[in-house]
Amino acid sequence: MTRLNDLDELEAETVYILREAKRCVDPLSMLWSIGKDSTAILWLARKAFFGVVPFPVVQLDTEMELPEVYEFRDRIAAEWDLDLRVRMCPPESSVDQSLPPASRAAARKTEGLKRLLEEDGYRGVIVGIRRDEQATRAKERIFSPRSSEGDWDVRRQPAEFWGHYTTEVPDGVHLRIHPLLHWTEVDIWRYHERENIPFCSLYLARDGKRYRSLGEKNITVPIVSDAATLPEIIAELEATREPERAGRLMDSEQEDSFERLRTSGYM
Amino acid sequence: MVRPLRIVFAGHVDHGKSTMIGRLLHETGSLPDGKAAELEAISRKRGVPLEWSFVLDALQAERDQAITIDTTRVWFRWNDRRYAIIDAPGHRELVKNMLGGAAEADAAVLVVDAVEGISEQTRRHARLIGLLGIEQVVVAVNKLDAVGFDREIFAGLESEARALLESAGIAVAKAIPVSARDGDNLVAASPRTPWYAGSTLIGALEALESKGDDTDGPLRMRVQDVYRSGDARIAVGRIDSGTVKVGDAIVATPLGSAACVRSIERWNLPASGTARAGESIGLTFDLPIFIDRGDVIGHTDDAPISASRFRAVCFWLDARPPVVGESFRVQCGPSVARVTLRAIHDAVDSSSLAPLSADAVEQYATVSLELETRTPIPLDGRAHGMRPSRIVVLRGSEVVAGGVVDTIDSSVTLFATAHLVTRPERETRNGHRGAVIWLTGLSGSGKSTLAMALERRLFDTGSTVFVLDGDNVRGGLNRDLDFSPVDRAENIRRVAEVAALLAESGAIAITAFISPMASDRAIARQAAGAGFHLIHILADLATCEARDPKGLYKRARSGEIESFTGISAPYEGPTDADLVVDTSHAGIDVSTEQLLAYVIGVTRL
Repeated sequence: MTRLNDLDELEAETVYILREAKRCVDPLSMLWSIGKDSTAILWLARKAFFGVVPFPVVQLDTEMELPEVYEFRDRIAAEWDLDLRVRMCPPESSVDQSLPPASRAAARKTEGLKRLLEEDGYRGVIVGIRRDEQATRAKERIFSPRSSEGDWDVRRQPAEFWGHYTTEVPDGVHLRIHPLLHWTEVDIWRYHERENIPFCSLYLARDGKRYRSLGEKNITVPIVSDAATLPEIIAELEATREPERAGRLMDSEQEDSFERLRTSGYM
Repeated sequence: MVRPLRIVFAGHVDHGKSTMIGRLLHETGSLPDGKAAELEAISRKRGVPLEWSFVLDALQAERDQAITIDTTRVWFRWNDRRYAIIDAPGHRELVKNMLGGAAEADAAVLVVDAVEGISEQTRRHARLIGLLGIEQVVVAVNKLDAVGFDREIFAGLESEARALLESAGIAVAKAIPVSARDGDNLVAASPRTPWYAGSTLIGALEALESKGDDTDGPLRMRVQDVYRSGDARIAVGRIDSGTVKVGDAIVATPLGSAACVRSIERWNLPASGTARAGESIGLTFDLPIFIDRGDVIGHTDDAPISASRFRAVCFWLDARPPVVGESFRVQCGPSVARVTLRAIHDAVDSSSLAPLSADAVEQYATVSLELETRTPIPLDGRAHGMRPSRIVVLRGSEVVAGGVVDTIDSSVTLFATAHLVTRPERETRNGHRGAVIWLTGLSGSGKSTLAMALERRLFDTGSTVFVLDGDNVRGGLNRDLDFSPVDRAENIRRVAEVAALLAESGAIAITAFISPMASDRAIARQAAGAGFHLIHILADLATCEARDPKGLYKRARSGEIESFTGISAPYEGPTDADLVVDTSHAGIDVSTEQLLAYVIGVTRL
């Protein structure tokens, strides 16, 4: 008998994490950015819970996504019978003006998430970040406790090994749950291909350009690409030396802009 | 595709782990475009020479202090094989973080500074690698440029490192002379070490293998949860080891419920009759057995031991030492047990290997903890020839130790002296069988009223009978318990044990407790054995609330009583009741008659 292949193993781990989250963290919700990663989580949740997504799915909306994103959201929410909750983020004028301009959309989402947690009292939110996306995300835990302000105390993260996760937190603390932490960008696309998971058409090249990472339309730029099918995307990524988030302007404005966003609560 | 080979870089702080990984990524062409230029700019800003470690040390605090604070994982590809490199911090205070990364590794690279030599954390990490069961280790002697690429210095450190790892039970695969900052012997053979003919670091990594996946071991699936789908109950979990097939005879430890596998449940996949180690699946069974989170499913002839006392070789992570008599929580995946520390053995400093006193176990010592469980937990022990269970020890919510189970004792350390009077003799004298008549139902459903009426009727017909209810145990036997979930479960367990003793003495014990949780009732059934009868006293919530004989619902509704069953705490309606008595529709006399007829029937000799 051959051993499990890499996607089977990643899938099994993520299903395990989602089932732990569902059983041990209540109330629980999930953030859906409508991108390829969190859409893959929805698919994995349907695997874990035999066809249903048993928690509310929240979109933190800035009303700045591209129209294709909203179309895709509404189609999938209906087809998969999601308990979708769209939450409007506070306006840009309300966030820290010392942040560089492209980081302010992220700060709006951070603020939107804080309000969501305050108003709906979630103990846990499932978030689709991965270690390989960004070097500070690489340092995350799968179950990561945050204060109500969302602060990430990188110096004192709880020990996490052998499938033991921190699921009990005191009042005022919530958990960010990261079931895709060990997946890479190519893993996600190979899984999309294998499972035939629907995704937003913006990822496919049109007129020589495609989006590799989906963010707000004013701060995200498409990359030059002819990859118009999934196998072509996978081949392109296997060969590229460009980082995934190169099109996300907020990441590179200052050396520490991403870490500053994350320690103050960004995903 | 096979999964990437996972390699942890371990060793003392500042011996160059992150630098070696950063440079290795550069040498293998794995860094994204512009990264080298970005590093140069960041390094210049800080007034330091080009710092490869900044690829991984992305946090500002890490860059400012030039140390790694937390574990990172990076991926690269070389000669069509994928690698996941885990960078672990080398600082003493950060062993907890190191453990998180190292626990999942297939192999380790132990980095040793040629100038400083084998240091405190080098020794500690070597020990930890051994405890984690990592069998493949490569030694990289770094900063050889700082000692003029001296062959003798390398040879001396190589043999010292080999001896160290051998003492931790590990045979070193290769030792390599390296200068990480300049890239010597990472990917290309260095002209500066003409005396060295062995492989480069990447060559050594290419020769490593992935850990086996334990498919050949005994079946172990720790149940995470039980889902209902129509009438079916699906036990879900990830298979730790072994293989399961439809039709297999299984047993769920610790309760010992046995059944056969009816189906293996997966979503959106063609049906398959087998599942193996590593898979997350669901199982259904041919019998409605009781299964709950934390139970272990194994084959009937090859199940784990339900441990009541065991020893585990642990890495003690906390600054406050363990104290004999102290209570902890032990977790093994979803299985949890409350334990009491009974003894501390073989405490040693994990770096110097100097013995430590049992009453002063230092942080990061290795120690063998002898633990007694208050509730049994299914485990496998190394001393029993099994792949050992790996446990996490918690004090409150803080992880204070991780370890592997060594020896297990399943028998309670009591020696029961055989009675000279047998249960059948007692039952013959009483004229009926001993039994536990366990009434469950919402507050106000009529349990106590029926229990007392039944006791009167049975007594009047000559039976030996006694009612256990809240009032006669809460004031005495259980006066040390409060109404927290843990203590409520303990309350039920003690009542079940007392009821079982009464039944053993030939009496009919009637209990009247809400006992809302299926798990508690299962423990009661387990304690009492064959003479246990679960009776569901059924009345809908509205009826119970209207009766409200003790005014409790009113107080619960006003928030005066927290977590009140039916209002603010769940009642898991039994699916395994031996009799249902519906008191919403029948009066007390009719219900008593129904109950009496049942009890007389099941206790008849």
